[in-house]
Amino acid sequence: MVRLVVNDLEIEAEDGISVLEACLNNGIYIPNLCFINGMSSPPVSCRMCFVEIEGEARPVSSCAVKATDGMKVRTDTEQVRGLQRTAFQLLMSVHDVDCGRCPANKRCPLQRIAVFLKVPLRPGRLEKHLKNPDVDNVHPLIDYYPNRCMLCGKCIFVCREKHGQPRMTFAKRGFETVISFYGEKDLSGPACKECLACIDICPVRAIVTKDQAVE
Amino acid sequence: MNPANRPEMTQRFEAIYNEAVARKKALNESSQPMIYIGMATCGLAAGALETRQSFEQTLLEEDLAAIIRPVGCIGHCYAEPVVIIDHPSSGFPPLFYQQVTPGKAKMLVKSFLAGGDPLFEHVLGAMKANDMVPQVTDFPRFSQEERIVMGKCGLIDPEDIYDYIAEGGYLSLIKALTLSQDEIIKEIKNSGLRGRGGAGFLTGRKWGLAKDAQGLKKFVICNADEGDPGAYMDRTILESNPHQVLEGMAICAYAVGATEAIAYVRSEYPIAVKRVVTAISQAEELGLFGEGAQGFFDIKFSVFKGSGAFVCGEETALIQSLEGNRGMPRHRPPYPVQKGLNGHPTVINNVKTLASVPAIINKGAQWYRDIGARQSPGTAIFSVVGSVVHPGLVEIPMGVTLETLIFDICGGIPNKKGFKAVQIGGPSGGCLPADFLATPIDFDSLSGAGAMMGSGGMVVMDEDTCMVNVARYFVDFTQKESCGKCTFCRIGTRHLLDILDRITKGEGREGDLEQLESLALAIKAGSLCGLGKTAPNPILTSLRYFRDEYEAHIMEKRCPAGMCRKLTAYYIDLDRCARGCDACVGSCPVEAIFTTKNRKKGIDQSLCVKCGECMAACPQQYDAVRKVSPPDKAPVIERPVEE
Repeated sequence: MVRLVVNDLEIEAEDGISVLEACLNNGIYIPNLCFINGMSSPPVSCRMCFVEIEGEARPVSSCAVKATDGMKVRTDTEQVRGLQRTAFQLLMSVHDVDCGRCPANKRCPLQRIAVFLKVPLRPGRLEKHLKNPDVDNVHPLIDYYPNRCMLCGKCIFVCREKHGQPRMTFAKRGFETVISFYGEKDLSGPACKECLACIDICPVRAIVTKDQAVE
Repeated sequence: MNPANRPEMTQRFEAIYNEAVARKKALNESSQPMIYIGMATCGLAAGALETRQSFEQTLLEEDLAAIIRPVGCIGHCYAEPVVIIDHPSSGFPPLFYQQVTPGKAKMLVKSFLAGGDPLFEHVLGAMKANDMVPQVTDFPRFSQEERIVMGKCGLIDPEDIYDYIAEGGYLSLIKALTLSQDEIIKEIKNSGLRGRGGAGFLTGRKWGLAKDAQGLKKFVICNADEGDPGAYMDRTILESNPHQVLEGMAICAYAVGATEAIAYVRSEYPIAVKRVVTAISQAEELGLFGEGAQGFFDIKFSVFKGSGAFVCGEETALIQSLEGNRGMPRHRPPYPVQKGLNGHPTVINNVKTLASVPAIINKGAQWYRDIGARQSPGTAIFSVVGSVVHPGLVEIPMGVTLETLIFDICGGIPNKKGFKAVQIGGPSGGCLPADFLATPIDFDSLSGAGAMMGSGGMVVMDEDTCMVNVARYFVDFTQKESCGKCTFCRIGTRHLLDILDRITKGEGREGDLEQLESLALAIKAGSLCGLGKTAPNPILTSLRYFRDEYEAHIMEKRCPAGMCRKLTAYYIDLDRCARGCDACVGSCPVEAIFTTKNRKKGIDQSLCVKCGECMAACPQQYDAVRKVSPPDKAPVIERPVEE
């Protein structure tokens, strides 16, 4: 066990876990989207889980730093919140805010983060960009909604865990980046049918079975 | 290699060296003239292949004998295709000819090789001191350079290992193999060599960390995934002298205890790839490299072709790409020296860094330290492009000022235009205005000014360049090349581009600049990798130094440089337009130019696409086409109603 101080509160954490996990385990919420408990090398891609650690010049991603004894962490500084709010606004500027018809409604981490950071789900500051078409239904069992997806990559991670070689990947570059299915020719086979782990893990229901598309 | 085998190794190399020298001597002693043609990508693009054919054909026709030697690039782009003719029996020193077209090649054979007249009007200079022709080194484009990395570029055959060895190549490797690993690393540390990939990390320190890192296996990777717009020094070095880079890699591999060395070359550089592959197989054939006991020490060389993603120049993305994954950076630490390719300690160095190593081992750390600036020893290679008279690759000691480089060495701005800005470091760098011309070129001074050394791209811009447009160009580039992994870079750069797009179209709004600035700073602070962290630099520096230009675009809908098409208009000054001249009419691709009642010309603004062709076509003595911004400043000239 290690002991660290978060926001002036001393907490205990298991050896070797990240600052993010340590905080979450102790009921201290840090907004995060791409981290899965126990990940050995997290993607550090959502850029939400910033904290300030004494001795570090700039805010750091808490999922990428191991908790150590005596570490002094702040999760709520102005700089941290500034970065989190900007990151969130950026994510929302490409998100189709249609909560009423979205199967993730009420269990969506984006809704939770909006409340937590006190940022509206429709920040007007940035221009809205939505992809067209708004659904990719190439997969025989699964539909993908790029305008819900925030590219956390959890689906690819679990797919790799289950099948070794993932059947999905990031595709295209830059702003056009999406999740895309590839791999075996026939994706309707038992591997996909019996697994569907990607659907269970998707926090924003950007990946759903065809019949689940609208609840 | 076992230390006991060292005498045997030295002996083996001596035999190779003697062979190389003998070959060179035989070439030099043959009475035939030698024609060196620069045949790197740049030369080939300028027509070196046709020039070579013309030489061969004319030699055949004239029944003359000469040895044609394809060499790499000497770095003088303005002079391509470059030919050096060494014709000792004519009594002249080796002569450097510029822009040798096939026609010129024919003339050279007929008058110089056959008739002994070297055609002085086409000679740029002599390659050796003599009392007939001024030497090239008397010209500022040559005299202020100091060539350590590019010393042999354009002078030796890159596809002939003996050519390199005869010039002292691989001697540094042999010397290094007689030293201990720590001695080499100490030498590199003492030399103060800093990584030429952009950030300027101390190379000796990196090697030291890699040597001390625990691993069953270690790798050395040469990062030749050069992708900055306007930068091409890595390509030129690999195409012109691949062995020097391989020698640096081999020394590094021995010093850190690596058994595999990989050259990561982007596949858009097919000639570089080919020459590196050739170079490796030649070195293996001679027994310099090889696995187990085949070579002088246990090392396996290979080449990996990158697939055209700019982000793969970032070292963690490069490793992902080598492992067969999508090229996406990951969080550092762990750094590649701790956990790199397949989890093994990996040194990743830039081409120029590795190419500097043999000279340091050969001549010593102190020699290297005495060159260049205190905190940035050695030389810097820039590809100076854009509005300069003599563009090309320039290798200068660190500490030379921007002014010296742009005006003295590269000849300044052509066409009597004024200097406006210089963009250093590509999409990660910044634009510096004239006030910064006195800045010395070294890692710290440049980053202090808001630019960065980067990999060495330098774009010089004249007064006709719109800085908003330049910022837009670079952000467009990074936006397209972003890997899409992290939020700030993927989405943030798109919003930056949106705003800049609007501003250049005259749709800028109040508050745009503040938003640009705050978003740019957030992207800088929040992005995962170097690409994202530096992507806003062109915007931040141009906002700092050229804010008035942004404001003119937004407030007055005016582009001060007259570059943004939506904000400019062309019109014809009727006082200057010559009655009856039709030069502009034919040049207009959209038939926007009409004849007025008194047979002068007018431009129909509703049709004009602002290509500027009419301005170029208008005869100099009239000079009647004018460009204005904002566009409503153009006087209205009515098209006469057709009867």
